[in-house]
Amino acid sequence: MPAPSQRRLIFAHIDEPGYTNDLACYLRHGGYEVMKRAFQRKPEELIDEVKKSGLRGRGGAGFPCGVKWTLVDRKSGKPIYLIVNADESEPGTFKDRYIIHQDPHQLIEGTMISCFANNVKQAYIYIRGEMPHGARILEKAIAEARAANLVGKNILGSNYSCDIFVHRGAGAYICGEETGLIESLEGKRANPRIKPPYFPAVLGLYQCPTIVNNVETLCHVKHIAGMGGEAYTKIGTPNNTGTRIFCVSGHVQRPGYYEFEAGRITLGQLLNDVCGGPLPGRTFKAVIPGGSSAKIMRFGERYKGKRKVGADLVEYDWGVEDVPLDFDSLAMIGTMGGSGGVIVMDDSVNMVEALANINAFYSHESCGQCTPCREGSLWMKKITTRMVHGEAREADAALLKGVADQIPGRTICAFGEACSWPTQSFLAKFGDEFKNYHETKKTARPAAALPLI
Amino acid sequence: MIAPPKPDLVTVNIDGRDIAVPKGTNVIEAARQLGIEIPHYCYHPKLTVAGNCRMCLIEMGLPAMDPATKAPIIDPATGRPKINWIPRPQIGCATNASPGLHVKTDSPMARESREGVTEFLLINHPLDCPICDQAGECKLQEHSTAYGRGYSRFVEQKNVKPKRTRLGPRVTLDDERCLLCSRCVRFSREVAKDDVLGFVDRGSYSTLTCYPGRELANNYSLNTVDICPVGALTSTDFRFKMRVWFLKQTPSIDAESSVGANTEVWSREGVIYRITPRQNDAVNDTWMADSGRVLYKQVRADNRLLAPTINGAATGFQMAVKAAADLLHAGAVAIVGSGRSTVEEQFLARKLAAALKASVALVSRVGPGDKILVSADRNPNVRGALVTGLISALPAPQLTALAAAIDAGRVKTVLSLGEDLAAAGLTAAQLAKVSIVYLGTHQDATSAAAKVVIPTLTVFEKSGTFVNQQFRLQKFARAVPGPADVADDLVALAELVAAAGGGIISFELGALWTAIAAEVKPLAAVTYASLPATGLLLDATPWAGLPFVEGETLHFKPAAGPAATA
Repeated sequence: MPAPSQRRLIFAHIDEPGYTNDLACYLRHGGYEVMKRAFQRKPEELIDEVKKSGLRGRGGAGFPCGVKWTLVDRKSGKPIYLIVNADESEPGTFKDRYIIHQDPHQLIEGTMISCFANNVKQAYIYIRGEMPHGARILEKAIAEARAANLVGKNILGSNYSCDIFVHRGAGAYICGEETGLIESLEGKRANPRIKPPYFPAVLGLYQCPTIVNNVETLCHVKHIAGMGGEAYTKIGTPNNTGTRIFCVSGHVQRPGYYEFEAGRITLGQLLNDVCGGPLPGRTFKAVIPGGSSAKIMRFGERYKGKRKVGADLVEYDWGVEDVPLDFDSLAMIGTMGGSGGVIVMDDSVNMVEALANINAFYSHESCGQCTPCREGSLWMKKITTRMVHGEAREADAALLKGVADQIPGRTICAFGEACSWPTQSFLAKFGDEFKNYHETKKTARPAAALPLI
Repeated sequence: MIAPPKPDLVTVNIDGRDIAVPKGTNVIEAARQLGIEIPHYCYHPKLTVAGNCRMCLIEMGLPAMDPATKAPIIDPATGRPKINWIPRPQIGCATNASPGLHVKTDSPMARESREGVTEFLLINHPLDCPICDQAGECKLQEHSTAYGRGYSRFVEQKNVKPKRTRLGPRVTLDDERCLLCSRCVRFSREVAKDDVLGFVDRGSYSTLTCYPGRELANNYSLNTVDICPVGALTSTDFRFKMRVWFLKQTPSIDAESSVGANTEVWSREGVIYRITPRQNDAVNDTWMADSGRVLYKQVRADNRLLAPTINGAATGFQMAVKAAADLLHAGAVAIVGSGRSTVEEQFLARKLAAALKASVALVSRVGPGDKILVSADRNPNVRGALVTGLISALPAPQLTALAAAIDAGRVKTVLSLGEDLAAAGLTAAQLAKVSIVYLGTHQDATSAAAKVVIPTLTVFEKSGTFVNQQFRLQKFARAVPGPADVADDLVALAELVAAAGGGIISFELGALWTAIAAEVKPLAAVTYASLPATGLLLDATPWAGLPFVEGETLHFKPAAGPAATA
């Protein structure tokens, strides 16, 4: 079956010739019209539209956005803050960056609608430290919007005022975790907070109720406000509404970003039809479907079970290529849709070396607050690094699994899962390669192989 | 019949046993009440919850509720509510008691979680227990034995971090031993109000350090050593001096101010090695000031008075007492008592004053209060002198009335109970004009000018009681024996009372307290033996109008009265 065509909602104007990131261009393309109409409605109606839309967060966890907004404590009398999580740092993910660089006003419009819906008077865009250019673009865009009375005091002549500030991170992956982000925004070390009691919806930024949403999620809000929640549910599949952006990297002919209706395209269609298949003379070996922390899939394996289609339970028997790209299907087969970063590896890749690379990243990014993640991530890195650069032992496979199994579910934040799932899944799917790596090492590496991390 | 639990109590079930605890109690404390230990490092009852060590992971569940009726679903097999167990472990320190909460502290999941955390904590730990001061009182050592696997799977290089860092004048840091629990960081911020500690670097390379250009120099820095669960923070004074398991612990009281912080004196073979705080939630929680920890150095100070003297010549105790009694018999005696004497000594001083018809004065010592555990009144027991009736008004810093009396020739003999008269404002000429009998511990201008000197014991060498600023009667015990030729203060005073015709009073504490209880009304119901370790609060109303100098400290607010307006 050929792949469906792209449905560009968020990325409608990305890489469009002649489209610039200034306000004039955005207004020419109908910008801020949705916001103007939204401001005529009651905030509760907008929240209802988002709830109806079934929009799920695009930062990785896929938590329903409408539910997140309902959880906000509106009775405390404290101000409600909205934070735009622009700390996109999951390896393999590069979608928010394009929005910020090429269509910043789309984000600002979505943010302002969300602020209006939730009676937020102050929003922050927390942007990754490694994106200074993006921060400058956002600053400029906000200044433009403020000058045009689209942001700031008495927006468009109404009683509603709301300002947006850009805050740059200092280069830590953990700042993408919402409570770590809040700590960082407060000027502290980005140590994620314990939950309970510090749920952002109740005790967030400066101990006030806070909404933290991903860049792409807020852009979706703009479209939901524009077309209505009901119409939005027609895009995608039930419970996985809207479009998803896939950032494909690695060993395919045409890596890049692609936007499709959620669940309407399979992994095989994406990799073979859209991305042009494997590089000449190679075959696909493995794919990580949702950013480097998602569990890896091995080409050739089968996923069997029963799934809900409408009200019925239907048997499924999928190969890797058959898996529809939506949150639920990917979760069902034991991995996750995550942030949409699809990392493809072909048969030239040694899995031990690939894992050594991933482990180096996570051990470097652990905040160091709680024990299992702090010690476990570095230990796994030390083992894989030793295997790659020094003595590999047959026993290392079992040891790696033993270490990884002691981390997830026992940490303050989800980093514990993020850093242990790669090791767990690599070991589960490619255990033999790890057991035999000491033998593999006796043969010379191909001259064309990339240098080891 | 089981009495129904009080309304503010919630019943939780830990390892199959029900216990009613106040709402808000966390699982660690609730389990402690059942005698179940949930191991932990970062949690400290007097600090905010950080939840970072992950050692207190437990399995937890809540009763299943019928969605329609909101009533708990009863398991027909057991007749007890059906419990929905949470599939991942939870931390006990941040889990508060809620109605029907069920906890398993020793399930396979909890056990396995603790084993994992223990292994992680040990992989980068130097394992240098044989040369570590914390050995013997190290939580990592204890929990590794109790909850660890007992073998290591770690073959990699351990992380290297700074050793022997001077964090401040009294605290030395070994970063490799640190398990990043952040207790010291939270203590500095929350209790000492001196936020100088923090972590730098990330992940397993995180390192505890001081803010650049600052040091951990506040007067509470050594509490970080006490609460450090491992040997990362050590006392520079105590480091490498003695193995803790050789030390004897004696309950004592910090004598540096009227706060009366409860302390523990650690000694071996008559030598004191360190002083640490003893928990008293009504007085000092688990803290004490650094300044109170060095007081033991006075025991072996060079200027200690070691033998009785008459006119500067060494003599025996009985000879000295007789010489003193002769001087006191001559009449026109003034007694300078002390706010540093114990209640028992003050009682005997009162008896002596009554027998001699002598005037009594005390010397006040006032310094700035730090609003934590050092109050403005630097005498530990001025209130004891009020309670025993030795004085009826608050003392002044200078003995002006006594000076005037000496100048006028109305006083011939001055008995000082440990107070340096020169420091209290008497001139050398005034000292020369009278005969001085001095009962004291250390040499000073008064001992030099005295006709008779009878050396006495420091607070570490005797037992007794103090009344602190809250009017809390607190007892302390003898930690080490006094020098060979030095008699107990009570013995000397009892002998003087007897010689002055005040009758025979026992200097043995039990019997002495029978006499005190009989004569001192506010202490009528007290016996020494039955005094609780955390002290006994006395009725302060008779003295409520006095202008006490203390300001606010931990667990103490001065009564709004003359003191506030003064």
